[in-house]
Amino acid sequence: LGLAGIAGSAHAATDEPNSWEEITRYNNFYEFGTGKDDPAKYADAMTIDPWSVRIDGMVDRPGDYAFDDIMAKMTVEERIYRFRCVEAWSMVIPWNGFELADLLNLAGVKSGAKYVAFETYLNKDEMRGTRFPVLDWPYVEGLRLDEAMHPLAIMATGIYGRDIPKQNGAPLRLVVPWKYGFKSIKSVVRITLTDREPPTSWNKANAREYGFYSNVNPEVDHPRWSQASERRIGGGLFAKNIPTRMFNGYADDVAGLYDGMDLRKFF
Amino acid sequence: MGFRDRINAWARRIPTWVIYLVGALPAPWLFYLGATGGLGVEPVKALEHEYGELALQLLIAGLCVTPLRRQFGINLVKFRRALGLLAFSYVTMHLLVWAVLDVQALDRVWADIVKRPYITIGMSAFVLMVPLAATSNNWSVRRLGPRWRQLHRLTYAVVLLGAVHFIWLRKGWQVEPLVYLVVIVALLALRMRGAFRTRVA
Repeated sequence: LGLAGIAGSAHAATDEPNSWEEITRYNNFYEFGTGKDDPAKYADAMTIDPWSVRIDGMVDRPGDYAFDDIMAKMTVEERIYRFRCVEAWSMVIPWNGFELADLLNLAGVKSGAKYVAFETYLNKDEMRGTRFPVLDWPYVEGLRLDEAMHPLAIMATGIYGRDIPKQNGAPLRLVVPWKYGFKSIKSVVRITLTDREPPTSWNKANAREYGFYSNVNPEVDHPRWSQASERRIGGGLFAKNIPTRMFNGYADDVAGLYDGMDLRKFF
Repeated sequence: MGFRDRINAWARRIPTWVIYLVGALPAPWLFYLGATGGLGVEPVKALEHEYGELALQLLIAGLCVTPLRRQFGINLVKFRRALGLLAFSYVTMHLLVWAVLDVQALDRVWADIVKRPYITIGMSAFVLMVPLAATSNNWSVRRLGPRWRQLHRLTYAVVLLGAVHFIWLRKGWQVEPLVYLVVIVALLALRMRGAFRTRVA
Protein backbone atom coordinates (compact mmCIF):
# COMPACT_ATOMS: atom_id res chain seq x y z
CA LEU A 1 0.00 0.00 0.00
CA GLY A 2 2.79 2.37 0.92
CA LEU A 3 4.43 1.72 -2.41
CA ALA A 4 1.31 2.39 -4.39
CA GLY A 5 1.37 5.71 -2.59
CA ILE A 6 4.93 6.41 -3.68
CA ALA A 7 4.13 5.53 -7.26
CA GLY A 8 1.02 7.67 -7.12
CA SER A 9 2.66 10.71 -5.57
CA ALA A 10 4.90 11.20 -8.58
CA HIS A 11 1.91 11.88 -10.82
CA ALA A 12 1.44 15.39 -12.01
CA ALA A 13 -1.94 16.76 -12.96
CA THR A 14 -1.23 15.92 -16.59
CA ASP A 15 -0.74 12.24 -15.83
CA GLU A 16 -4.25 11.12 -16.67
CA PRO A 17 -4.16 7.50 -17.84
CA ASN A 18 -4.35 7.04 -21.58
CA SER A 19 -7.42 5.40 -23.05
CA TRP A 20 -7.64 1.67 -23.68
CA GLU A 21 -7.72 2.47 -27.39
CA GLU A 22 -4.51 4.51 -27.24
CA ILE A 23 -2.67 1.93 -25.15
CA THR A 24 -3.67 -1.02 -27.34
CA ARG A 25 -3.46 0.54 -30.84
CA TYR A 26 -0.04 2.17 -30.73
CA ASN A 27 2.62 -0.39 -29.93
CA ASN A 28 6.16 -1.42 -30.65
CA PHE A 29 6.31 -5.21 -30.83
CA TYR A 30 8.63 -5.77 -33.78
CA GLU A 31 7.93 -9.50 -33.84
CA PHE A 32 4.64 -8.50 -35.50
CA GLY A 33 6.01 -5.72 -37.72
CA THR A 34 7.69 -2.35 -37.36
CA GLY A 35 4.54 -0.25 -37.90
CA LYS A 36 2.86 1.10 -34.78
CA ASP A 37 -0.43 -0.54 -35.79
CA ASP A 38 1.11 -3.88 -36.82
CA PRO A 39 0.98 -5.47 -33.34
CA ALA A 40 -2.75 -4.69 -32.96
CA LYS A 41 -3.33 -6.14 -36.45
CA TYR A 42 -1.21 -9.28 -36.26
CA ALA A 43 -0.53 -10.26 -32.65
CA ASP A 44 -3.75 -12.28 -32.58
CA ALA A 45 -1.83 -15.14 -34.23
CA MET A 46 0.26 -15.66 -31.07
CA THR A 47 -0.63 -18.70 -28.93
CA ILE A 48 -0.69 -17.73 -25.25
CA ASP A 49 -2.58 -20.65 -23.78
CA PRO A 50 -0.99 -22.78 -22.40
CA TRP A 51 1.85 -20.54 -21.24
CA SER A 52 4.73 -21.19 -18.93
CA VAL A 53 7.83 -19.31 -17.90
CA ARG A 54 11.10 -21.17 -17.58
CA ILE A 55 13.01 -19.80 -14.63
CA ASP A 56 16.57 -21.09 -14.56
CA GLY A 57 20.19 -20.22 -13.92
CA MET A 58 21.20 -19.30 -10.40
CA VAL A 59 17.95 -20.19 -8.63
CA ASP A 60 17.07 -22.75 -5.97
CA ARG A 61 14.02 -24.11 -7.78
CA PRO A 62 14.62 -23.97 -11.55
CA GLY A 63 11.86 -25.20 -13.83
CA ASP A 64 8.90 -24.38 -16.02
CA TYR A 65 6.35 -22.37 -14.10
CA ALA A 66 2.87 -22.57 -15.59
CA PHE A 67 1.18 -19.18 -15.93
CA ASP A 68 -1.87 -20.26 -13.92
CA ASP A 69 0.32 -21.58 -11.09
CA ILE A 70 2.22 -18.29 -10.99
CA MET A 71 -1.01 -16.31 -10.88
CA ALA A 72 -2.33 -18.47 -8.03
CA LYS A 73 0.64 -17.44 -5.90
CA MET A 74 0.97 -13.76 -6.83
CA THR A 75 -0.84 -10.72 -5.51
CA VAL A 76 -2.08 -8.66 -8.42
CA GLU A 77 -2.49 -4.93 -7.85
CA GLU A 78 -3.00 -1.85 -9.99
CA ARG A 79 0.02 0.34 -10.74
CA ILE A 80 -0.51 3.51 -12.75
CA TYR A 81 2.86 4.24 -14.36
CA ARG A 82 4.20 6.66 -16.87
CA PHE A 83 5.64 4.81 -19.88
CA ARG A 84 8.39 6.62 -21.80
CA CYS A 85 9.50 5.25 -25.18
CA VAL A 86 13.05 5.91 -26.40
CA GLU A 87 11.36 7.39 -29.50
CA ALA A 88 10.26 10.31 -27.29
CA TRP A 89 6.55 9.57 -26.96
CA SER A 90 4.92 8.60 -23.70
CA MET A 91 1.73 7.28 -22.17
CA VAL A 92 0.27 6.75 -18.73
CA ILE A 93 -0.86 3.17 -18.28
CA PRO A 94 -2.90 1.57 -15.48
CA TRP A 95 -1.22 -1.82 -15.30
CA ASN A 96 -2.35 -4.79 -13.27
CA GLY A 97 0.47 -6.99 -12.14
CA PHE A 98 2.67 -8.29 -9.39
CA GLU A 99 6.14 -7.40 -8.22
CA LEU A 100 8.92 -9.08 -10.16
CA ALA A 101 10.70 -9.65 -6.83
CA ASP A 102 7.85 -11.94 -5.73
CA LEU A 103 8.26 -14.09 -8.84
CA LEU A 104 12.04 -14.26 -8.42
CA ASN A 105 11.60 -15.21 -4.76
CA LEU A 106 9.21 -17.95 -5.83
CA ALA A 107 12.12 -19.56 -7.67
CA GLY A 108 14.61 -18.60 -4.95
CA VAL A 109 17.53 -16.40 -6.05
CA LYS A 110 20.94 -17.89 -5.20
CA SER A 111 23.43 -15.66 -3.45
CA GLY A 112 25.92 -15.23 -6.32
CA ALA A 113 23.32 -14.00 -8.84
CA LYS A 114 23.83 -10.42 -10.01
CA TYR A 115 21.68 -10.04 -13.12
CA VAL A 116 18.35 -11.19 -14.50
CA ALA A 117 17.98 -12.08 -18.19
CA PHE A 118 14.60 -12.16 -19.93
CA GLU A 119 13.50 -13.69 -23.21
CA THR A 120 10.40 -13.13 -25.36
CA TYR A 121 8.35 -15.92 -26.92
CA LEU A 122 9.40 -16.74 -30.47
CA ASN A 123 7.38 -18.60 -33.07
CA LYS A 124 8.20 -17.64 -36.65
CA ASP A 125 4.88 -18.98 -37.96
CA GLU A 126 2.91 -16.81 -35.58
CA MET A 127 5.10 -13.73 -35.65
CA ARG A 128 5.28 -12.33 -39.17
CA GLY A 129 7.80 -9.63 -38.25
CA THR A 130 10.45 -12.23 -37.41
CA ARG A 131 10.79 -13.09 -41.09
CA PHE A 132 12.99 -10.03 -41.35
CA PRO A 133 16.24 -9.68 -39.41
CA VAL A 134 15.34 -6.28 -37.95
CA LEU A 135 16.63 -7.64 -34.64
CA ASP A 136 18.36 -10.85 -33.63
CA TRP A 137 15.35 -12.96 -32.52
CA PRO A 138 14.29 -13.89 -29.89
CA TYR A 139 14.09 -10.53 -28.16
CA VAL A 140 16.16 -10.51 -24.98
CA GLU A 141 16.47 -8.00 -22.16
CA GLY A 142 18.15 -7.76 -18.80
CA LEU A 143 18.26 -5.98 -15.47
CA ARG A 144 20.74 -5.81 -12.67
CA LEU A 145 19.42 -7.90 -9.76
CA ASP A 146 18.85 -4.89 -7.49
CA GLU A 147 16.86 -3.20 -10.27
CA ALA A 148 14.81 -6.36 -10.75
CA MET A 149 14.13 -6.63 -7.02
CA HIS A 150 13.02 -2.99 -6.79
CA PRO A 151 9.36 -2.77 -5.77
CA LEU A 152 8.52 -0.54 -8.78
CA ALA A 153 9.55 -3.31 -11.22
CA ILE A 154 6.49 -5.41 -11.98
CA MET A 155 5.32 -8.21 -14.22
CA ALA A 156 2.12 -6.90 -15.79
CA THR A 157 -0.73 -9.24 -16.63
CA GLY A 158 -3.50 -6.72 -17.21
CA ILE A 159 -4.47 -3.19 -18.22
CA TYR A 160 -7.57 -1.43 -16.87
CA GLY A 161 -8.45 -4.63 -15.01
CA ARG A 162 -8.66 -6.66 -18.22
CA ASP A 163 -6.24 -9.35 -19.41
CA ILE A 164 -3.29 -7.71 -21.09
CA PRO A 165 -3.87 -7.79 -24.89
CA LYS A 166 -1.43 -9.72 -27.05
CA GLN A 167 -0.08 -6.58 -28.70
CA ASN A 168 0.89 -5.28 -25.25
CA GLY A 169 2.78 -8.46 -24.34
CA ALA A 170 0.28 -11.08 -23.17
CA PRO A 171 0.11 -13.00 -20.97
CA LEU A 172 2.81 -11.43 -18.85
CA ARG A 173 5.45 -8.79 -19.46
CA LEU A 174 7.98 -6.80 -17.54
CA VAL A 175 7.31 -3.14 -16.70
CA VAL A 176 10.23 -1.03 -15.46
CA PRO A 177 8.77 2.48 -15.39
CA TRP A 178 12.02 4.41 -14.92
CA LYS A 179 13.62 2.93 -18.06
CA TYR A 180 12.87 3.42 -21.76
CA GLY A 181 10.01 1.23 -22.91
CA PHE A 182 12.08 -1.31 -24.83
CA LYS A 183 13.52 -2.56 -21.50
CA SER A 184 10.01 -3.65 -20.50
CA ILE A 185 10.18 -6.90 -22.43
CA LYS A 186 6.92 -8.46 -23.61
CA SER A 187 5.46 -11.99 -23.60
CA VAL A 188 8.17 -13.40 -21.36
CA VAL A 189 8.94 -17.13 -21.65
CA ARG A 190 12.25 -17.32 -19.85
CA ILE A 191 13.92 -15.67 -16.89
CA THR A 192 17.52 -16.57 -16.15
CA LEU A 193 19.46 -15.52 -13.05
CA THR A 194 23.12 -15.02 -13.82
CA ASP A 195 26.32 -13.45 -12.50
CA ARG A 196 27.13 -11.72 -15.79
CA GLU A 197 25.55 -8.77 -17.56
CA PRO A 198 23.27 -10.47 -20.10
CA PRO A 199 23.04 -9.41 -23.76
CA THR A 200 20.09 -7.15 -24.63
CA SER A 201 18.52 -6.95 -28.10
CA TRP A 202 18.81 -3.24 -28.89
CA ASN A 203 22.29 -3.07 -27.44
CA LYS A 204 23.31 -5.96 -29.72
CA ALA A 205 21.74 -4.19 -32.70
CA ASN A 206 23.35 -0.80 -32.02
CA ALA A 207 25.55 -0.50 -28.94
CA ARG A 208 26.34 3.17 -29.58
CA GLU A 209 22.67 4.12 -29.32
CA TYR A 210 21.26 1.70 -26.75
CA GLY A 211 23.02 0.94 -23.49
CA PHE A 212 22.33 -1.84 -21.02
CA TYR A 213 20.82 0.51 -18.43
CA SER A 214 18.68 2.73 -20.70
CA ASN A 215 17.33 4.74 -17.79
CA VAL A 216 15.10 7.63 -18.85
CA ASN A 217 17.47 10.59 -18.76
CA PRO A 218 16.67 13.99 -20.34
CA GLU A 219 20.33 15.00 -20.11
CA VAL A 220 21.74 12.14 -22.17
CA ASP A 221 20.47 12.34 -25.75
CA HIS A 222 19.96 9.39 -27.99
CA PRO A 223 22.47 10.02 -30.82
CA ARG A 224 19.66 10.57 -33.30
CA TRP A 225 17.19 12.53 -31.25
CA SER A 226 16.93 14.63 -28.12
CA GLN A 227 15.51 13.05 -24.98
CA ALA A 228 14.84 16.41 -23.33
CA SER A 229 11.12 16.36 -23.98
CA GLU A 230 8.39 13.94 -24.96
CA ARG A 231 4.99 13.91 -26.59
CA ARG A 232 2.21 12.47 -24.50
CA ILE A 233 0.07 10.26 -26.72
CA GLY A 234 -3.50 11.46 -27.05
CA GLY A 235 -2.84 15.20 -27.17
CA GLY A 236 -3.60 15.45 -30.88
CA LEU A 237 -1.89 17.35 -33.65
CA PHE A 238 -1.27 20.57 -31.72
CA ALA A 239 -0.30 19.25 -28.27
CA LYS A 240 2.66 20.87 -26.60
CA ASN A 241 5.59 18.60 -25.78
CA ILE A 242 6.25 18.05 -22.10
CA PRO A 243 9.68 18.04 -20.46
CA THR A 244 11.08 14.57 -19.76
CA ARG A 245 11.98 13.94 -16.14
CA MET A 246 15.02 12.16 -14.72
CA PHE A 247 14.25 8.46 -14.31
CA ASN A 248 10.85 9.26 -15.86
CA GLY A 249 9.82 11.02 -12.65
CA TYR A 250 10.72 8.10 -10.37
CA ALA A 251 14.08 9.50 -9.24
CA ASP A 252 13.06 9.64 -5.59
CA ASP A 253 12.50 5.89 -5.67
CA VAL A 254 15.30 4.63 -7.90
CA ALA A 255 18.14 7.17 -8.11
CA GLY A 256 19.84 5.42 -5.19
CA LEU A 257 20.35 2.33 -7.35
CA TYR A 258 22.83 4.33 -9.41
CA ASP A 259 24.74 6.21 -6.73
CA GLY A 260 28.29 6.90 -7.86
CA MET A 261 27.69 5.75 -11.44
CA ASP A 262 28.47 8.01 -14.41
CA LEU A 263 25.10 7.90 -16.19
CA ARG A 264 26.65 9.27 -19.38
CA LYS A 265 28.91 6.27 -19.53
CA PHE A 266 26.35 3.76 -18.28
CA PHE A 267 23.51 5.10 -20.45
CA MET B 1 -3.94 1.19 -81.04
CA GLY B 2 -1.35 -0.34 -78.69
CA PHE B 3 -0.96 0.21 -74.99
CA ARG B 4 1.87 2.70 -75.46
CA ASP B 5 -0.04 4.79 -77.99
CA ARG B 6 -3.09 4.82 -75.79
CA ILE B 7 -1.04 6.08 -72.81
CA ASN B 8 0.62 8.72 -74.98
CA ALA B 9 -2.73 9.85 -76.39
CA TRP B 10 -4.15 10.03 -72.87
CA ALA B 11 -1.10 11.98 -71.66
CA ARG B 12 -1.55 14.50 -74.51
CA ARG B 13 -5.16 15.08 -73.53
CA ILE B 14 -4.61 15.56 -69.80
CA PRO B 15 -3.68 19.14 -68.98
CA THR B 16 -0.85 19.48 -66.42
CA TRP B 17 -3.05 21.41 -63.97
CA VAL B 18 -4.87 18.13 -63.36
CA ILE B 19 -1.62 16.62 -62.04
CA TYR B 20 -1.02 19.66 -59.82
CA LEU B 21 -4.56 19.42 -58.46
CA VAL B 22 -4.59 15.66 -57.87
CA GLY B 23 -1.08 15.77 -56.43
CA ALA B 24 -1.92 18.62 -54.07
CA LEU B 25 -5.14 17.11 -52.69
CA PRO B 26 -3.52 14.68 -50.20
CA ALA B 27 -1.88 17.60 -48.34
CA PRO B 28 -5.02 19.19 -46.85
CA TRP B 29 -6.76 15.81 -46.66
CA LEU B 30 -3.97 14.29 -44.52
CA PHE B 31 -3.86 17.41 -42.36
CA TYR B 32 -7.60 17.15 -41.80
CA LEU B 33 -7.25 13.46 -40.92
CA GLY B 34 -4.44 14.25 -38.49
CA ALA B 35 -6.47 16.95 -36.78
CA THR B 36 -9.56 14.76 -36.43
CA GLY B 37 -8.04 11.47 -35.28
CA GLY B 38 -7.88 9.79 -38.69
CA LEU B 39 -4.11 9.24 -38.49
CA GLY B 40 -4.14 7.33 -35.22
CA VAL B 41 -3.26 8.36 -31.69
CA GLU B 42 0.07 10.02 -32.60
CA PRO B 43 -0.86 12.28 -35.52
CA VAL B 44 2.25 14.49 -35.50
CA LYS B 45 4.70 11.73 -36.48
CA ALA B 46 2.10 10.19 -38.77
CA LEU B 47 1.58 13.45 -40.70
CA GLU B 48 5.32 14.13 -40.80
CA HIS B 49 5.96 10.69 -42.25
CA GLU B 50 3.06 10.83 -44.72
CA TYR B 51 4.34 14.11 -46.20
CA GLY B 52 7.93 12.86 -46.28
CA GLU B 53 7.03 9.59 -47.94
CA LEU B 54 4.81 11.30 -50.52
CA ALA B 55 7.71 13.60 -51.38
CA LEU B 56 9.97 10.61 -51.91
CA GLN B 57 7.33 8.86 -54.02
CA LEU B 58 6.89 11.96 -56.20
CA LEU B 59 10.66 12.22 -56.67
CA ILE B 60 10.74 8.57 -57.72
CA ALA B 61 7.84 9.17 -60.11
CA GLY B 62 9.90 12.00 -61.62
CA LEU B 63 12.86 9.64 -62.03
CA CYS B 64 10.64 7.19 -63.93
CA VAL B 65 9.85 9.65 -66.71
CA THR B 66 13.07 9.28 -68.68
CA PRO B 67 13.38 5.46 -68.49
CA LEU B 68 9.71 5.11 -69.49
CA ARG B 69 10.38 7.16 -72.60
CA ARG B 70 13.66 5.50 -73.49
CA GLN B 71 12.67 1.90 -72.78
CA PHE B 72 8.97 1.89 -73.63
CA GLY B 73 8.36 4.99 -75.73
CA ILE B 74 5.90 6.33 -73.17
CA ASN B 75 6.13 10.12 -73.11
CA LEU B 76 5.16 11.75 -69.82
CA VAL B 77 7.77 14.52 -69.96
CA LYS B 78 5.14 17.25 -69.80
CA PHE B 79 4.23 16.13 -66.26
CA ARG B 80 7.76 16.07 -64.88
CA ARG B 81 7.84 19.66 -63.68
CA ALA B 82 4.58 19.14 -61.81
CA LEU B 83 5.98 16.03 -60.14
CA GLY B 84 9.13 17.87 -59.08
CA LEU B 85 7.32 20.94 -57.76
CA LEU B 86 4.83 18.77 -55.88
CA ALA B 87 7.72 16.82 -54.36
CA PHE B 88 9.29 20.09 -53.24
CA SER B 89 5.99 21.21 -51.71
CA TYR B 90 5.65 17.98 -49.76
CA VAL B 91 9.24 18.16 -48.52
CA THR B 92 8.52 21.72 -47.35
CA MET B 93 5.39 20.59 -45.52
CA HIS B 94 7.32 17.64 -44.05
CA LEU B 95 9.92 20.08 -42.75
CA LEU B 96 7.30 22.46 -41.35
CA VAL B 97 5.40 19.71 -39.52
CA TRP B 98 8.70 18.49 -38.06
CA ALA B 99 9.84 21.95 -36.94
CA VAL B 100 6.54 23.46 -35.78
CA LEU B 101 4.44 20.54 -34.52
CA ASP B 102 7.12 17.98 -33.62
CA VAL B 103 10.24 19.74 -32.29
CA GLN B 104 8.36 22.95 -31.35
CA ALA B 105 11.46 25.03 -30.59
CA LEU B 106 13.63 26.91 -33.11
CA ASP B 107 16.87 26.47 -31.14
CA ARG B 108 16.30 22.72 -31.01
CA VAL B 109 15.44 22.60 -34.72
CA TRP B 110 18.81 24.19 -35.44
CA ALA B 111 20.60 21.94 -32.91
CA ASP B 112 19.08 18.86 -34.56
CA ILE B 113 20.08 19.99 -38.06
CA VAL B 114 23.68 20.50 -36.97
CA LYS B 115 24.01 17.59 -34.60
CA ARG B 116 22.04 14.67 -36.00
CA PRO B 117 23.37 13.24 -39.25
CA TYR B 118 20.07 11.90 -40.57
CA ILE B 119 18.50 15.32 -40.13
CA THR B 120 21.56 17.02 -41.66
CA ILE B 121 21.12 14.72 -44.66
CA GLY B 122 17.40 15.43 -44.95
CA MET B 123 18.05 19.14 -44.65
CA SER B 124 20.74 19.05 -47.37
CA ALA B 125 18.28 17.34 -49.68
CA PHE B 126 15.81 20.15 -49.02
CA VAL B 127 18.43 22.87 -49.60
CA LEU B 128 19.49 21.24 -52.88
CA MET B 129 15.86 21.25 -53.99
CA VAL B 130 15.48 25.01 -53.54
CA PRO B 131 17.39 26.03 -56.71
CA LEU B 132 15.63 23.25 -58.61
CA ALA B 133 12.20 24.50 -57.58
CA ALA B 134 13.24 28.11 -58.24
CA THR B 135 14.29 27.27 -61.81
CA SER B 136 11.27 25.11 -62.61
CA ASN B 137 9.78 27.66 -65.01
CA ASN B 138 10.07 28.29 -68.74
CA TRP B 139 11.94 31.53 -68.29
CA SER B 140 14.74 29.79 -66.32
CA VAL B 141 14.93 26.95 -68.82
CA ARG B 142 15.45 29.44 -71.65
CA ARG B 143 17.84 31.62 -69.72
CA LEU B 144 20.04 28.82 -68.35
CA GLY B 145 20.10 26.82 -71.60
CA PRO B 146 22.29 23.69 -71.33
CA ARG B 147 23.24 24.62 -67.77
CA TRP B 148 19.62 24.01 -66.76
CA ARG B 149 19.96 20.30 -67.50
CA GLN B 150 23.23 20.14 -65.57
CA LEU B 151 21.68 21.91 -62.60
CA HIS B 152 18.70 19.60 -62.54
CA ARG B 153 20.91 16.54 -62.30
CA LEU B 154 21.00 17.53 -58.62
CA THR B 155 17.73 15.59 -58.44
CA TYR B 156 19.76 12.37 -58.36
CA ALA B 157 21.61 13.53 -55.26
CA VAL B 158 18.37 14.77 -53.70
CA VAL B 159 16.55 11.47 -54.11
CA LEU B 160 19.51 9.42 -52.82
CA LEU B 161 19.83 11.70 -49.78
CA GLY B 162 16.11 11.32 -49.22
CA ALA B 163 16.38 7.52 -49.23
CA VAL B 164 19.33 7.52 -46.82
CA HIS B 165 17.46 9.94 -44.53
CA PHE B 166 14.51 7.53 -44.52
CA ILE B 167 16.63 4.44 -43.75
CA TRP B 168 18.53 6.24 -41.01
CA LEU B 169 15.53 7.60 -39.11
CA ARG B 170 14.08 4.15 -38.52
CA LYS B 171 15.20 1.95 -35.67
CA GLY B 172 17.19 -1.00 -36.95
CA TRP B 173 17.40 -2.05 -40.61
CA GLN B 174 13.79 -1.89 -41.68
CA VAL B 175 12.48 -3.28 -44.93
CA GLU B 176 10.36 -0.43 -46.28
CA PRO B 177 13.04 2.27 -46.57
CA LEU B 178 15.48 -0.26 -48.02
CA VAL B 179 12.95 -1.07 -50.76
CA TYR B 180 12.85 2.64 -51.63
CA LEU B 181 16.64 2.73 -51.89
CA VAL B 182 16.74 -0.34 -54.14
CA VAL B 183 14.12 1.17 -56.47
CA ILE B 184 15.98 4.48 -56.61
CA VAL B 185 19.36 2.88 -57.28
CA ALA B 186 17.77 0.70 -60.00
CA LEU B 187 16.22 3.77 -61.67
CA LEU B 188 19.49 5.68 -61.54
CA ALA B 189 21.39 2.66 -62.90
CA LEU B 190 18.93 2.40 -65.79
CA ARG B 191 19.56 6.04 -66.58
CA MET B 192 23.32 5.67 -66.44
CA ARG B 193 23.16 2.67 -68.74
CA GLY B 194 20.98 4.70 -71.08
CA ALA B 195 23.42 7.61 -71.03
CA PHE B 196 26.33 5.26 -71.67
CA ARG B 197 24.60 3.68 -74.66
CA THR B 198 23.77 7.06 -76.14
CA ARG B 199 27.39 8.06 -75.88
CA VAL B 200 28.64 4.83 -77.49
CA ALA B 201 26.12 5.18 -80.30
